[in-house]
Amino acid sequence: QGKFTLLRDTRTDGSFLVHHFLSFYLRAGCKVCFVALLQSFSHYSIVAQKLGVSLAAAKERGQLVFLEGLKSCLDLVFGEEEQPEQPSPLQFLSTSDLRALFDFVRVSLTPSDGDSWKGPVLLVDDLSVLLSLGAAPVAVLDFIHYCRMTVCYQLKGNIVVLVHSNEDSEDEENELVVNSLCHHSNLILWAEGLATGFCKDVHGQIKIIRRLSLRQAAEQDPVQIYQYKIQDRNVTFFARGMSAAVL
Amino acid sequence: LVFTEEDKYGLYSDLLFKYFLAEGIVCGHDLFVASAKEHPDNILKELPAPLLDDTHGKESGDEAAAVKSDDLQDSMKIAWRYQNLPKMEASPTTYTKFGHYYDVSKKMSPELCQSIKLHSFYLHEELSSEPKMKTCNMNSGYARLLQSIQRIISQEGFDGSDPQKKKRNILRIGIHSLGSILWGDGICCSYTPEDTHSLTKFLYVLRGLLRKSLSACIITVPAHLIQNKAIMERVTNLSDMVVGLESFIGSERETNPLYKDYHGLVHVHQIPRLNSLICDVSDTKDLAFRLKRKLFTIERLHLPPDLSDTVSRASKQDLAGSAKLLSSGCGAMAIGKKHLDF
Repeated sequence: QGKFTLLRDTRTDGSFLVHHFLSFYLRAGCKVCFVALLQSFSHYSIVAQKLGVSLAAAKERGQLVFLEGLKSCLDLVFGEEEQPEQPSPLQFLSTSDLRALFDFVRVSLTPSDGDSWKGPVLLVDDLSVLLSLGAAPVAVLDFIHYCRMTVCYQLKGNIVVLVHSNEDSEDEENELVVNSLCHHSNLILWAEGLATGFCKDVHGQIKIIRRLSLRQAAEQDPVQIYQYKIQDRNVTFFARGMSAAVL
Repeated sequence: LVFTEEDKYGLYSDLLFKYFLAEGIVCGHDLFVASAKEHPDNILKELPAPLLDDTHGKESGDEAAAVKSDDLQDSMKIAWRYQNLPKMEASPTTYTKFGHYYDVSKKMSPELCQSIKLHSFYLHEELSSEPKMKTCNMNSGYARLLQSIQRIISQEGFDGSDPQKKKRNILRIGIHSLGSILWGDGICCSYTPEDTHSLTKFLYVLRGLLRKSLSACIITVPAHLIQNKAIMERVTNLSDMVVGLESFIGSERETNPLYKDYHGLVHVHQIPRLNSLICDVSDTKDLAFRLKRKLFTIERLHLPPDLSDTVSRASKQDLAGSAKLLSSGCGAMAIGKKHLDF
């Protein structure tokens, strides 16, 4: 409860982790607010079906609140004038202010009467897009901070956020956000492409960092490294060098 | 959303762009061409003529009807770029009929061009109209382009808004040289332009439009002119497929014996991963292209056989240096050669 998990990817695509967490929390019976900025609803829906969860059904029964960024931005840009009481959550496209997005998250995860879900969860895919769309890095960090206060501490829920990062990245704003989030996370799952290049049987390696040093100073953070291969319905993990292709 | 980084003189990326459009015409899709540099009508006059079947010189329209594009889904962005590759394996006869071959030395006949609906957007003709949408602090040229695309999509029913329309077609959008100074964007001029977000905002809204309709889009960008690399990283994240073309004209690689058969390299930076956990990764990532008189081909890069007796150390080092840039099998081969020579 109250955990902040950071999904990070470098030189590869870490979205398989997002799909996993989405179906994991839905199957566990939690109320999920999914801020999907990069892909359409049908993309997640099709993958979730392969993993055994129906997003449409979850939306029907109120378990999933889905913010489809691409669709909302079209409504914002090409739609008619919006009513002032209901600002679009993507308002930051024109005003660079993430407050409307935070309000959206808060309203969707605050339990209403008659809700019997276990624990709220906020899922964001992905945070680096906010910087591309004109939000300042400090605004993004503030947004995450507000979300943490509300979701993790007040409502005792969890947050999972995906960010992209590169080693020799020249995108300093992104690196700033990523480094800051790393310091504040309880768990970091870092998917990296292999340093030696591209391989058909091993798609990448994942580093799992449990940040125990947040609780007790001078504790080392244990780091576990596994390699993985993504298949159509599944991801297989194995110890380094133990890929089925090698053995 | 197919994103192409232009090569330095724009020769080969223009060719790829024209292939995309030509394929659209042959398949009977509608076209939308946007450009700030050359008038779209001129671009359309220069499209390569299709080679139909294996009998060259036959230019009939029945072929287009015979090849059906059966990958239609409601909201899919298609990387049609792979469809345009004339030769990926050694023998084209084993190639399944997916796409067409084109003859670069001949131009497409005007009757074929007129068989489909063409929409064009030439920036300098559109400057007079005011955009009717919220520009969100975006560059006005981009805003107008978005408005034009959105108007065509909803008018022609590509977003499924017209239930009466039985025959569903695809809109192929080609945008030429986006991000260049001709579009009014300053990112090619300085390291810290005043507006760093126009291009990325444009791409985001475009992505939304493409996802909502039956369309596919190719964009070429003069990436070598954009000095702020952070923008290129963000743009890569926002695109489905990113391909870079690096031509050897004017660079020291032109004389490198490793590359003597080819005109340039193809870097595939990103492949689309849509509607599934995995993506279709090919065996090799080393691709090179060459432009022959009639054909533009993209092939796997393989080292020419090392036949000479007097291979000096200098050239070995060149090979090893360039081998570092190759990411798989070929690289191992080159480094192996270096160790043999002691």
